[in-house]
Amino acid sequence: MSGSDPGKPVIQVKDLKKYYNGTDIKALDGVSMDIYKGEVVVIIGPSGSGKSTFLRSLNLLERPTSGTILFEGQDITSPKTDINKLRQKMGMVFQHFNLFPHMTILDNMTLGPRKLLSMTKPSAEAKAKELLKKVALEDRANAYPSQLSGGQKQRIAIVRALCMSPDVMLFDEPTSALDPEMVGEVLDVMKVLARSGMTMVVVTHEMGFAREVGTRVVFIDQGKILVSDTPDKVFENPDNERLKTFLAKVL
Amino acid sequence: MYYSSLLALELPEWLSDWLADIGDQFYLNFIKDQRYMYILKGLGITLLVTFLAVLLGIVLGVLAAIIRSTHDKLVTDMRGGFGKAVLSALNFITNLYLTVIRGTPVVVQLMIAYFVIFSSSNNKVLVAVLAFGFNSGAYVAEIIRSGIMSIDQGQFEAGRSLGFNFVQTMAYIIIPQAFKNVLPALANEFIVLLKETSVSGYIGLEDMTKGGDIIRSRTYSAFMPLLAVAAIYLVIVIFFSRLVTILERRLRNSERQ
Repeated sequence: MSGSDPGKPVIQVKDLKKYYNGTDIKALDGVSMDIYKGEVVVIIGPSGSGKSTFLRSLNLLERPTSGTILFEGQDITSPKTDINKLRQKMGMVFQHFNLFPHMTILDNMTLGPRKLLSMTKPSAEAKAKELLKKVALEDRANAYPSQLSGGQKQRIAIVRALCMSPDVMLFDEPTSALDPEMVGEVLDVMKVLARSGMTMVVVTHEMGFAREVGTRVVFIDQGKILVSDTPDKVFENPDNERLKTFLAKVL
Repeated sequence: MYYSSLLALELPEWLSDWLADIGDQFYLNFIKDQRYMYILKGLGITLLVTFLAVLLGIVLGVLAAIIRSTHDKLVTDMRGGFGKAVLSALNFITNLYLTVIRGTPVVVQLMIAYFVIFSSSNNKVLVAVLAFGFNSGAYVAEIIRSGIMSIDQGQFEAGRSLGFNFVQTMAYIIIPQAFKNVLPALANEFIVLLKETSVSGYIGLEDMTKGGDIIRSRTYSAFMPLLAVAAIYLVIVIFFSRLVTILERRLRNSERQ
């Protein structure tokens, strides 16, 4: 049951398929992937390729049409699984931050730990402040999200997810909605997180990040995994035609 | 000549006659036999019925809104079974309620409540509160639902991704924001309801309008009692409209810029 077993994958995806309601448009067309502890899997691909759908399936924000997803040994699509319990261990960061605008930064961060992990207010706040310090935003604890820049919001969104002490962090295009000058500060936080050993799955268009931080780069196109390899191999020596075309466009 | 016209605070005859007449009318309609009490007591009934009906309306409206938006959000994701059946049934009942209430006049609903459904009861205030409350609930439901729908889907997903279940996400994240967005519309519903209770006379409930009408039937003069009633409604509505304006400004000035 526990994810600390080093031999077993933390997330095990088998033959995942997703067809959009009634149509035969295949957002995911048989995707399988094992993700091990400490890995930083970076998913790249053209828009509409299914990479976000894949990521969102991992914590069941998107319900797959068929296939299985095991998280720490439990099938998350099974009706017997308490998906809310599992989601607590899978932090998620969104393209549009999705901070709660009616709460202060501190409340945004402590809501989950207090209500779901039964932490006391002081201990939840102590933990939140510690994390805020790590992203250099400890002075904004009592600000509201609308008072922050995009980059600051996304750093808060990351530490909000970390407050739940997740085993895995999922990033859905975390820098796509940011002004260019703010991309760096968010990627820096993600790099530090990766180096601390966090298991991460990142959908991104930041090829520099993929190359530098990723332990594995996965190229998805038309709902299928076409390439899954080390960053070196993917970026220096691509042998897949579609990947080559894609990289030629984005690099 | 000069002086006399300056000093002549004596008004022209028609004007002084008219003023004297107004005085008499005022006495006749409001003072004599303490007739102002009809209006004063009626005002009390009007406010009581409005407040209680608004409370009932908000409770019913929030319930109906949650059922409707839960259904819309969840039903495509559900795997069938008991939960789905219950939700679909609740949604059907809610839709029926909204359609019937919004598709028929409130006066007719009030009379059906008094003469048909609660024909054995003589508690007119209670019947009026129930009738207006159920009526208002249907409109409040759509206000709240639009508030819930106005919240970005990302808020919902953020809540769920932290591990909150559907109800917790609604309670901690969606409803507080939705409520804030629709507070002005809700306050407006209160104003509308206040005026709608003026048909309470149809079941013989002596609200403010009925009070003015009773005076009219006693004194055979319609002008004063009805204008007085209209003026009081107007003052109350202006007062609450101001409150709504202040509320809107406050909300705009709070954290969302």
